[in-house]
Amino acid sequence: MLRVATMNQDLRREREAASFNPELLTHVLDGSPENTRRRREIENLILNDPDFQHEDLNFLTRSQRYEVAVRKSANMVKKMREFGIADPEEIMWFKRIHMVNFVEPVGLNFSMFIPTLLNQGTTAQQEKWLLSSQGLQIIGTYAQTEMGHGTHLRGLETTATYDPETQEFILNSPTVTSIKWWPGGLGKTSNHAIVLAQLITKGKCYGLHAFIVPIREIGTHKPLPGITVGDIGPKFGYDEMDNGYLKMDNYRIPRENMLMKYAQVKPDGTYVKPVSNKLTYGTMVFVRSFLVGEAARSLSKACTIAIRYSAVRHQSEIKPGEPEPQILDFQTQQYKLFPLLATAYAFQFVGAYVKETYHRINEGIGQGDLSELPELHALVAGLKAFTSWTTNAAIEACRMACGGHGYSHCSGLPNIYVTFTPTCTFEGENTVMMLQTARFLMKSYDQVHSGKLVGGMGSYLNDLPTQRIQPRQVAVWPSVVDIDSPDSLTEAYKLRAARLVEIAAKNLQNEVIQRESKEVAWNLTSVDLVRASEAHCHYVAVKLFSEKLLKIQDKSVHAVLRNLCLLYCLYGISQKAGDFLQGSIMTESQITQVNQRIKELLTAIRPDAVALVDAFDFQDVTLGSVLGRYDGNVYENLFEWAKKSPLNKSEVHESYYKYLKPLQSKL
Amino acid sequence: MDSPVHRVSLGDTWSRRVHPDMASERFIQSFSVEQLTNILDGGAQNTALRRKVESIIHSDPEFSVKDNYFMTQNERYVAAVQKRFHLQIIAKRLGWSENSPEFYYAYRYSLPGQPQRYQGPCLWWATPAPCPFPHRALSGELALGLHTVFLKSLQSLGSEEQIAKWTPLCNEFRIIASYAQTELGHGTNLRGLETEATYDAATQEFVVHSPTLTATKWWPGDMGRSATHTLVQAQLICSGARQGMHAFIVPIRSLRDHTPLPGVTVGDIGPKMDFDNIDHGFLRLDHVRIPRENMLSRFAQVLPDGTYVKLGTQQTNYFSMVVVRVELLLGEIIPLLQKACVIAIRYSVIRRQSSIRPSDPEAKILDYQTQQQKLLPQLATAYAFHFLASNLLKFLHSSYDAIRNKDFSHLPELHALSAGIKAMTSDLCFQGSELCRRACGGHGYSKLSGLPSLVTRVTASCTYEGDNTVLYLQTARFLVKNYLQTQAIPGSTQKSLPPSVAYLTAPYLARCPAQKAADFLHPKLYTTAWAHVAARLIKYSAHHLETLIRSGVDWAEAWNQTTVIHLQTAKAHCYYISVKSFTETLEKLEDKPAVRQVLKRLCDLYALHGILTNAADFLHDGFLSGAQVDAVRTGYLELLGLVRKDAILLTDAFDFTDPSLNSALGCYDGNVYERLFHWAQKSPTNTQENPAYAKYLRPLLQSWKSKL
Repeated sequence: MLRVATMNQDLRREREAASFNPELLTHVLDGSPENTRRRREIENLILNDPDFQHEDLNFLTRSQRYEVAVRKSANMVKKMREFGIADPEEIMWFKRIHMVNFVEPVGLNFSMFIPTLLNQGTTAQQEKWLLSSQGLQIIGTYAQTEMGHGTHLRGLETTATYDPETQEFILNSPTVTSIKWWPGGLGKTSNHAIVLAQLITKGKCYGLHAFIVPIREIGTHKPLPGITVGDIGPKFGYDEMDNGYLKMDNYRIPRENMLMKYAQVKPDGTYVKPVSNKLTYGTMVFVRSFLVGEAARSLSKACTIAIRYSAVRHQSEIKPGEPEPQILDFQTQQYKLFPLLATAYAFQFVGAYVKETYHRINEGIGQGDLSELPELHALVAGLKAFTSWTTNAAIEACRMACGGHGYSHCSGLPNIYVTFTPTCTFEGENTVMMLQTARFLMKSYDQVHSGKLVGGMGSYLNDLPTQRIQPRQVAVWPSVVDIDSPDSLTEAYKLRAARLVEIAAKNLQNEVIQRESKEVAWNLTSVDLVRASEAHCHYVAVKLFSEKLLKIQDKSVHAVLRNLCLLYCLYGISQKAGDFLQGSIMTESQITQVNQRIKELLTAIRPDAVALVDAFDFQDVTLGSVLGRYDGNVYENLFEWAKKSPLNKSEVHESYYKYLKPLQSKL
Repeated sequence: MDSPVHRVSLGDTWSRRVHPDMASERFIQSFSVEQLTNILDGGAQNTALRRKVESIIHSDPEFSVKDNYFMTQNERYVAAVQKRFHLQIIAKRLGWSENSPEFYYAYRYSLPGQPQRYQGPCLWWATPAPCPFPHRALSGELALGLHTVFLKSLQSLGSEEQIAKWTPLCNEFRIIASYAQTELGHGTNLRGLETEATYDAATQEFVVHSPTLTATKWWPGDMGRSATHTLVQAQLICSGARQGMHAFIVPIRSLRDHTPLPGVTVGDIGPKMDFDNIDHGFLRLDHVRIPRENMLSRFAQVLPDGTYVKLGTQQTNYFSMVVVRVELLLGEIIPLLQKACVIAIRYSVIRRQSSIRPSDPEAKILDYQTQQQKLLPQLATAYAFHFLASNLLKFLHSSYDAIRNKDFSHLPELHALSAGIKAMTSDLCFQGSELCRRACGGHGYSKLSGLPSLVTRVTASCTYEGDNTVLYLQTARFLVKNYLQTQAIPGSTQKSLPPSVAYLTAPYLARCPAQKAADFLHPKLYTTAWAHVAARLIKYSAHHLETLIRSGVDWAEAWNQTTVIHLQTAKAHCYYISVKSFTETLEKLEDKPAVRQVLKRLCDLYALHGILTNAADFLHDGFLSGAQVDAVRTGYLELLGLVRKDAILLTDAFDFTDPSLNSALGCYDGNVYERLFHWAQKSPTNTQENPAYAKYLRPLLQSWKSKL
């Protein structure tokens, strides 16, 4: 790619000194050289398009940011047609550059309204709503969560009561907690919503069903009578999104507005049960596996910014009298950033794995094979939680590693953080996700103990009955662990996972015996269960990273990735050393060696750090950061950026005349 | 006099009725909340005084912060300026002087002991922190805090004439002053600052100049739009020699029309994560001339002919940094975690989700073990830090007179303690409040929860007043030095060491004697355990450093190569200090058994949580066995259940008023959902026209209408 000629001297030196060609690593991350080529082609289409204006969102009010996002959404359909972009992957690439923050008020129309219509609507319903929603002539959203309920779906309170006389459903929000809360695009943008409500007909409640509900009048965009709808107010991030509330008072919709591909309500009010009900399972897995990839991307962005800036920034001195070193030369700075860089790479490979696996299994589902879905569902739930928790803390660590300037929006890091952090909560709250994985692990554990083998990522549990892992026994494993071998370290993580799964299972059994209630026992073991799931996910990440190494052809790329993989493994051990010691998986002296080796790896990775973040191949627009610019001209641009702030528009701010001066005179 | 409901509540429609799920939490009171509040305030009279001030502030609509979440950066700045002047007027009317306890409570958090006694020459915010003032009652929404920093700097660095000249100008707000230290290219390393002040003997002026782009002053508060003068830290050059950093009063804006003066480029540094109420600024000086008298000259002077004269050491300047860090703890950092705990824990008894047993009604989320594990250790930490900071403040006060009399013997220890404790508290308060935010699920992401603002404020404290990594390493340096001293002088006793590191010479204990979970619930036992780990790590740090030096690496390089270890060491030491300080607080509560019991549980929880988080450090040399760590975990899980019972009362004891929490989720009465709905409706996105509809949405939607 063509990059600007005047590059910061420090960054130039860093790039010249790299031991490998970052382009080759980019191909690995993209999946193939062809993918890299096509991705860049699409990115450049947008960047070179005069219609594509990129405002700096940091200087806009929330209302302006919303407006910009709506404008871009309105353009997008047209532009994608113009550029001939239809492949799902290509649409992602397009949206990432076009929307920058990947947050769009009409996003739920495409990601939820249309898919739900396709999955759960009858042919007649699809005919009625599909075309116009695809062309954004009606804008739909998906209203599920309520003020009082999120994760626990069965607790939703909105009701849809069938009235056979008029053949209508009467929708109600019976309590304040039943008000729909959070759906994206609901506040200001959408005029239709798919509402999840408890279906009541002939006096009986049949549980949650989906209804298409018109909420705003066509032509005026005013809320329809019986509908109270609005924006839920300011948030940590997602300024572009009008997350909304919706309250319905005896609001009537025709019978045909219930999505009836599966369950049905006959005109007389008779309820017809659905045949099968495993529909949303697949979508949930898809969304969560996508989020694992987003964790990798967000962390990669944060690392890019922090590492480039640390190569440009000079401060203090290591030796008295010498010129100020790049802050990346301080061991503490390396220790803050390089393990996160290694984690970013680990998560890139985890993300690629879950995506591939999803597509593979999804093809199987198409042919009626559901056998692999439960494991993937359980694995992806845990991995979503594991990667998003880690990434959440890591982005913030990158921000703090940039000192004071990291606190300014010029760094781009606050924005990356606030945009990413809801991932810990939405699409399944992380603790709940970890407990879902734990449920699968407990089931597998029981299965193994009843003599049946388990497959997949949890197959290590098959070895448990013979291993007899007992914490108090003399060390059995130390001679096995070679701290310079990713495979051997993967084994160590496997032993840790096995041990923590076993401890959780045994504690659960004990509690079950004492409490006489499985559910109470589950709650009283949940801290152990979350630990077990985390260990399982950590093992999976380590395993996938080590396996990825085998597929790397280029020697120099392999060497640098191997160091990152070792750092990822060893850093994790050092952070969780208690587990490895307590399980007699490693000895005290090995832990000391691990800590020593980590420091050697920091030194080894240091010369390649900038090239390693270059390989992520982010456009400057995507990073949205003055500190993380590719050319490294940080200070000049920081000054220019600040001058653009609306507060600097006039030399003497209006508030001086309005407030400062008169107030001064009052004293 | 007032019932707690009246005192703290927001006074809106919903405050009249306490939510039954909240009321049930307060039904059984195993201890006196009021008694605990008094302990936190440092006496019942302080509680009363603080409440009086809070009620004055809260009953005045000009001080309301309830619309803050809806404001733009500009609006918040303006509102903060307005409040600052309003407070000035109120204070004048009520006769609160700058150092009176009333003023203190209006601005600041409680100061245990006697607030009126301490009147040090503290250099408020010696380095430009994003926040000017702690703010119990006003939640920090004030501007022009740096004005006070300027005054304090003037008093500690200025000559008597300078003080006499500038103080009245400031007090009457005839000038608005700021303090400019950090630059675009330099923060932590003061010696690296590039701004120059060159003395011109011909005109008896200093020429203050920013020689490079990176020399641009960057981040000083109140400078972007407000200040007329600023105290610039610059390299003094006179008679051709560089004399290091000195402070100069530089007029930057016209007193007539507020325009920047010739040679001055000044403005706002743009949007930040938070602190919209403050106009952090940039400043470039192009050969700006100021009279010789504008250099603050208590410690150094430039004579008319350009001769540089040193008038003493700047130890007190160094001391002021210590004072700032200590006062920050209770003034800003710790209350932010306390508030986050209050909000998240109150919300967790109102929020019901799923059920524990299938037949049960939905459970309060605080009854889930995973939720307890998230929140209750944070609550314990909030208490631990309160006592830690109070004890440190007492130590500061007790050393204060000595230091005034030029006895600096306590200074190294004070400095090491304040650096490490600032780093630890800001680190953990940030992590804790972010955890509290996420523990509130989706609603924690809404600004109306109050939690995002707490997080964005507290996270800044990890960087300002000294980056945490740098501070930890300063503490480590002190630890290593003291350890090496004990080695150099064989037979050195505890007495020869500063009290905070006396444990270095304590008798060696190879194994922890505890046998079962209950054994770990003894303050002496876990304090010893923490001392053991801290001492082991200090020795390890020192040996590592020495080994490298012996192998021929020079000291500076050896230090850099071992910093990762030193960080770990400093953290363990600070945790030990905090555990010890909590247990010492307990010892003083023998006459209040009920409060003591509930605080002891928190202390146990804090200590054991720390052990589990750092289990490897305890397992490393076999001090704890695997079985003992399991016993710690058992004890810890049981404590969660016990602390759960008192959780709401423990949050009530912090005695935050609803207006100062400014949270739809965290109000005293627990009426979360009504308030959330009502507050959201007030958002400008609902009260104003939809800007995108006419421009973009209508054209899209109408293409459909035409087809109908």
